[in-house]
Amino acid sequence: MKATSTRVIASAVTALALVAASCGGSDDVADEPVDEPPAETQAEAEAEAPAVEPDAPAEASAEPIRIGIVAPSAENDLAWTQSMVDSVNRVAEGRDVEVAISGGLFVVEDAAAAIRGYAEDGFDLVIAHGTQFGGPLQEIADDFPEVAFALGTSTDFFGKENIYAYSVDAGEGGYVNGVMAAQLTQSNVIGVVGPVPAGDAKLYIDGFVAGALAQNPDVAVNVNYIDSFGDVLLASEAAKAFVQSGADVLTGTAQMVVGATGIAAEEGIPWFGTQSNQTGLGADIVVASQVYHWEVVLNTILDQIADGKLGGEAVVISLSNGGLEIEFNDGYALDAAIKASGIATIAGLSDGSITVPAGE
Amino acid sequence: MGDFFTVSVLVATLASGIRLGTPFLLAGLGETIGQRSGVLNLGVEGVMLLGAFSAYYVTLETGSAVYGIFGAIVVGLIMGLVYAFITLVMHAQQGISGIGMYLFGLGFTDLLFQKNVGTPKPIRGLGEVNIPLLSDIPKVGEIFFQHSLPVYFAFALVPLVWFMINKTTFGLNIRAVGETPEAADTLGVSVNMTRLATMLIGSTMASLAGAALALEVGIFQQNLTSGQGFIAIALVYFGAWRSYGVMLGALLFGIVQATVLQLKTLGIVEGANSSLLAMAPAVLTIVVLVIVSRRVAAPGALTRPFDRSA
Repeated sequence: MKATSTRVIASAVTALALVAASCGGSDDVADEPVDEPPAETQAEAEAEAPAVEPDAPAEASAEPIRIGIVAPSAENDLAWTQSMVDSVNRVAEGRDVEVAISGGLFVVEDAAAAIRGYAEDGFDLVIAHGTQFGGPLQEIADDFPEVAFALGTSTDFFGKENIYAYSVDAGEGGYVNGVMAAQLTQSNVIGVVGPVPAGDAKLYIDGFVAGALAQNPDVAVNVNYIDSFGDVLLASEAAKAFVQSGADVLTGTAQMVVGATGIAAEEGIPWFGTQSNQTGLGADIVVASQVYHWEVVLNTILDQIADGKLGGEAVVISLSNGGLEIEFNDGYALDAAIKASGIATIAGLSDGSITVPAGE
Repeated sequence: MGDFFTVSVLVATLASGIRLGTPFLLAGLGETIGQRSGVLNLGVEGVMLLGAFSAYYVTLETGSAVYGIFGAIVVGLIMGLVYAFITLVMHAQQGISGIGMYLFGLGFTDLLFQKNVGTPKPIRGLGEVNIPLLSDIPKVGEIFFQHSLPVYFAFALVPLVWFMINKTTFGLNIRAVGETPEAADTLGVSVNMTRLATMLIGSTMASLAGAALALEVGIFQQNLTSGQGFIAIALVYFGAWRSYGVMLGALLFGIVQATVLQLKTLGIVEGANSSLLAMAPAVLTIVVLVIVSRRVAAPGALTRPFDRSA
């Protein structure tokens, strides 16, 4: 009896341990999961602007456009989800929109329930901010043909007339950061902490490696995908391992990098950020951050919705369309020549004279 | 592969494994004490989160990690009292109550973080403390004696917990109420008071495990613990309810994690192989749990509430 009971409890604990440990991993492919499965949609951010932008097609009705966002991580993660939250808030300054956000839905089934909930509640646009939500979104979209959905990062709208796909050329900012990082390193060893080799994380890291090697072929760029979007301690240990192996410049992507930036700050090692401006994680060590301006995507989609087009298109943000921006940290004393090379690289990528080679 | 078998990499890997194993060890030791008295607490993860947030927030506000640790101790004691009320007074089923505690910790820390902190802000943790003389021993010093205070504290607790359980009257009471509470009761041992004490100790240690984690990485974010509390509970079974066994499990888990990390850092394993290797600690735990659960019996009254009138 006792042994049976032990086995039952042991099995339950193991199952819970594995499920919970997977909270730190990806649900599927791309973007950052974290945790907490709120069951219900919550309206957390409301922003209204008194007037519509003069050049934006008028949202003719008096009712604000209602946007629901479903995201896998916290709204203020200084990374993936915050990049969308910041963008939608910027859009709200110029448009009459009402925004509701459900963050922390790393469990795909919970996210699917929230997506369906927004659609049932009559939201005009439901944004599934995570590639892993693509599966359920395909089914939900068929049930609500009058609702526009958006899925990112993805370039596939599954042939649906009411799904927009949006994506980011994260490799561009990675390339710029890599060019500058290769000039900052003294040891010729650079460390990169990533979650899983997929989605915008892989694009950023591949671009970073390409940029660093284009600038200095002798640089060794070591990449560690730690197979987790949420394990901060593991990211911290990965950064320590890089430092111990001689790395003197670090970068990384996804929300668990707050562990790695802590090591960078402790060791005084320059850090390059992505997704959101990460200067707050280390005013002395963050050199520059690639910032996602999803408002390019949002404005495009909202314009088309106003024209009656609910989907069937992919929108990509890049340096050239203003969807990506490299924000330098004024608090970091970056050598003027290195900064100039970064700016020149941005210009080259924007006008097409420089292209980011495709990753493996 | 040869790159891995260099002295400097092996030393770094072992030191990293010890750091990674510390939260498991602290939480696992506390859970061991509780389970030896017949109390299963599946809410360790939630208490760890609460401890992590309280240590982080107090440190953020006061600038002192020591105050942060005191904050975590207070929170741990409060959560121990709450769990004791639920299970000892209200006689709620332990497994479900523990899951409730976990969900509470997960949601409440997220709420507090969103409302009181917002965007992640780094804090200054405890920092490394080099043990005089010992830390200067080549290689050995680097592996064992150049860590933060919670690491030393956790490993120092291992023999203390062993001594308390096996060599003290209190430990005898713990074992008695964990095996046959009715018999212990007839001998004048207060089953509920003994269990209350182990719950307070276990909860405080879980909270300290969370604090150790937050102060090690110098930051807090939603679900910082990423399932470590559940792994700690699994390690109690892994360690067959013995403090040294739990330490072995925590070290094994931490060192396997650190090894995988180093292999990936050095570029020795990549792609699908790296993902397979990342599963190694979990697979190892399952295998050992299967073996242990067949050979070692759990405390006889584990999860069984005690009601004198029943």
